[in-house]
Amino acid sequence: MNEIVQEFLVETSENLDQLDQDLVALERDPSSRELLASIFRTIHTVKGTTGFLGFRRLEDVSHAAESLLSDLRDGRLVLSRARTDVLLEVVDSIRGLLGAIEATGEEDDRDLSALVERIQVLQRDEPNEAEESSGRVDAPAVGDVVPAPRASAPVSEDAPVVEEAPARPKLVVPPPPPFARAVAPAAEPAPEVAKAAPARKRRATKQAPATTAAVPAAELATAALGTPGPADAAPLAPVVVDAGASGIDAPPHGDATPGQDNAAGEQPTGEQPTGEQHSEHPTGTAGPTSVGERSVRVDVDLLDKIMRQVGELVLARNQISSHAGLSQDQSLHQTVQRLSMIVSELQEGVMKTRMQPVEHLWNKVPRVVRDLSAMFDKQVRLEMEGGETELDRSLLEAVKDPLTHLVRNAIDHGLETPERRRAAGKSETGTMTLRAYHEGGQVVLEVADDGAGIDPQKIAAVALERQVVTSAELNQMSERELVDLVFRPGFSTAKAVTNVSGRGVGMDVVRTNVERIGGTIDLLSTPGAGTTFRVKIPLTLAIVPALLVGCRSQRYAIPQANLLELVQLRPEEAGTHLERIEGATVYRLRGKLLPLVRLEEVLGFAPEATALRRAAGDDLDVALTSGEATTIVVVQSDDLLLGVVVDDVFGTEEIVVKPLGQHVKQIPVFAGATILGDGGVALILDVPGLAAAAQVHEVSRNVAAAQAARDLGGQTLRAEQSTFVLLRVGAERQVAVPLTSVSRLEEAAADAIEHAGGRLVLQYRGELLPLVRLEEVLGEPPAATAGAREGGVPLVVYSDGERHLGLVASEILDIVEGVFDVRQVGASSAIVGSTVVNGHATDVLDVRAALELTEGSSRVA
Amino acid sequence: MSLEEAVISADAQQYCTFRVDHLLIGVEVWRVQEVIRHQPMTLVPLAPPEVRGLINLRGQIVTTIDVRHWLRLEPRDDGGQAMNAVLRLDDEAVSLLVDEAGEVVSPARDTFEPLPPTASERIRRLFSGTYKLPEHLLLVLDTTAISTITSGQRDAALRRPA
Repeated sequence: MNEIVQEFLVETSENLDQLDQDLVALERDPSSRELLASIFRTIHTVKGTTGFLGFRRLEDVSHAAESLLSDLRDGRLVLSRARTDVLLEVVDSIRGLLGAIEATGEEDDRDLSALVERIQVLQRDEPNEAEESSGRVDAPAVGDVVPAPRASAPVSEDAPVVEEAPARPKLVVPPPPPFARAVAPAAEPAPEVAKAAPARKRRATKQAPATTAAVPAAELATAALGTPGPADAAPLAPVVVDAGASGIDAPPHGDATPGQDNAAGEQPTGEQPTGEQHSEHPTGTAGPTSVGERSVRVDVDLLDKIMRQVGELVLARNQISSHAGLSQDQSLHQTVQRLSMIVSELQEGVMKTRMQPVEHLWNKVPRVVRDLSAMFDKQVRLEMEGGETELDRSLLEAVKDPLTHLVRNAIDHGLETPERRRAAGKSETGTMTLRAYHEGGQVVLEVADDGAGIDPQKIAAVALERQVVTSAELNQMSERELVDLVFRPGFSTAKAVTNVSGRGVGMDVVRTNVERIGGTIDLLSTPGAGTTFRVKIPLTLAIVPALLVGCRSQRYAIPQANLLELVQLRPEEAGTHLERIEGATVYRLRGKLLPLVRLEEVLGFAPEATALRRAAGDDLDVALTSGEATTIVVVQSDDLLLGVVVDDVFGTEEIVVKPLGQHVKQIPVFAGATILGDGGVALILDVPGLAAAAQVHEVSRNVAAAQAARDLGGQTLRAEQSTFVLLRVGAERQVAVPLTSVSRLEEAAADAIEHAGGRLVLQYRGELLPLVRLEEVLGEPPAATAGAREGGVPLVVYSDGERHLGLVASEILDIVEGVFDVRQVGASSAIVGSTVVNGHATDVLDVRAALELTEGSSRVA
Repeated sequence: MSLEEAVISADAQQYCTFRVDHLLIGVEVWRVQEVIRHQPMTLVPLAPPEVRGLINLRGQIVTTIDVRHWLRLEPRDDGGQAMNAVLRLDDEAVSLLVDEAGEVVSPARDTFEPLPPTASERIRRLFSGTYKLPEHLLLVLDTTAISTITSGQRDAALRRPA
């Protein structure tokens, strides 16, 4: 294909993305002349170029759009919904035509005459007084785009136009396009401004050969900045210089197409320069570097290839360093050090070339939001924060679809209709927020809405109906787990199949796509207040730091992203820190129970020995007591913590992930392989795969279920220091609740306690907190004074991170600490045992069991 | 003819020969990327038993298949070091661990015969036929069979003892 056409396609498609965005933004802010001017310029460029290249249909449609825009810009017409629609349609048609051109080199034979006609109809409607337009000219802020009064010459007139602002002292021009900024010599604008400003009336004439077509625009910009007057010219000048030097906020559109004088497109004054323009500035003063000279379009494949090669270079560097480590040669050491530094810098540099701001990803969202909100009759305000956050472009590409899906999902399912919102006491316009930020070496992308949130019970019902889970499983699940069911395959809450979210692509696909690039997705939802999807992705995939561990004299790499900490377990600690729960060994890590897996075992070494150990009922503890200290690598996958017992830890190394061959890649515990500094090959462990292979999910559920009980009863409790909250229940029964189960102690106003769904609830921190009367649980007769005490009802708020429960006591007595001898007495499952505290017989409550007792009935319903 | 020359002349009628135990195995020359001496090997737990490990071939990670194991032959006991015959399959390289690399041969077409029906099922799956060389039978390896190496044992290993 013709190179010019190719270039045209690339640039125009970029411009179209910008158009989508600008049009949607313009609809929100119809008075923005800057946006109008930008849109006009883009369409104008398309028109000019297509005419030049002989694409008739493109030219016709863009011409019609341009003349509509020109009326809009001049204030003769007002932007209505219908006009925005038709303009967006124009963008879509152009995009379609471009697609055809890209595929075949020619326009396809779609009929656009109806569209052109509609544009013309919309253009004839309600013409405004032409005078209005000139009235707007004199409110320019620096940088604002306010077109100069339009010359009466028709848009297409191509003659060198000498333009003046006759009646007004100021001439305002658009900000310089990227070319102009770069071309403008850094030192030049200052005197120019000084010169131009006193004149108070500036001839905006342009002259430039095609290559420097944009230069005049730069001058015009300086003139515009200079207009306030001679006194202001100097302080303003540096701004111009700065803009010229950096070009940071250069609008991406308006690039000149080579071979096509593009200046007119950047000039909202309607001139059609053909290279015969005049300028007060000789173009010779242009600085040596233009953006065109400083930036190069690079094929993405080439960048990928360079990145791979840099990866190889890093490996080679690692190998050389490790060899040099054995040598005594000082100069070799120095050279290696230098090499190492250069490679690191190179790596960083190449990585930077691949970084793109998240904004690129978000460009299309406003249009999607606009269209979808119209489709669903919802009002949505879109907010975007942190668009400048950068991400490797391949990752950016990979999260595009998941992100779009989340956005659609938020509008379709998340946000409510205006009526519903009003009924819920919210503003009719829902807010969707896109957020991007760095967190701990990862990039976090959030899609948040302030909609209805996700009702766990509704999710549970749907999941049951679709047979995603069984009711027995449901009963075991916390609210958090219920909400997470949306990520299960086969789950989709869309009541009707809409053409947006109900096309069989569920959240499970979103999760899969995110996880494929080493990311994670979380869902936070507050019923009534909104939903936030949080996608965490690594900065780059090419080179990752990893921890090398040993097992059976082989090395394995664990990606740093999964790594939380290393724990040394000494033999003498085995007795106190290791526990066995239903066949699984767990480790007490700062009060939490961490499921342990032996890497050796997961990798299938010595299954006989493992079976023997299991049969003998002992495991790690026995192995430990006979051996030396053991290292536990604490890793994380999703929200699951896992302790991996390894033989050795060798330290960290930057590794390049390489694919595995067909015979090895189906093994779920390996994510790939890498070549180490010494040339050896190490397999990379896949932490989710590891967890799955070790069936830790089941283990951890058992652990979670057993955790509460373990914390209370059993051997460890007797031997250990415990802290209890002492409660009085009923008239005189004393009950102890382990402090570890207590998240807060509260007093609720008696009249704030309500009945809902057959149980007591309290509005607590924006949520409904279910309440349980301990008297009922423990079968005590209600104390006469309960609830009538001044100051309210004493509450112990229990939380296991997911579920919350308020325990209603008669009185909170004390917090006691000490070694208590808890004995099993009584039959209530809510009681783990009894002990003596402060001379009173005291029952120790198993909060978890109490919770199960009370929840059992309501959950099934 | 040296091996390199043989590789360059990509004639399907030419075979690189490899000795594995008492068998002479032929692979079409254009399939053979190179033959290298024994390399340090990284074991792959849970892999099919035929997979001997991974080697680093100038930065590329290549899976190594132990041909003796594949053919259910006895493991080597002479203490010698096996060679890696690196083959190019459709989208990756795979190394076959063989005892010895032999010459490149161009057997006459009319000496080709399918395997006798008496040959074991397993052998017939791995080899497409045989050439009757003057001193030996040359078994022609069907390279597509390499892709059929999978293992039910892997799943068994993943299953934890009850």
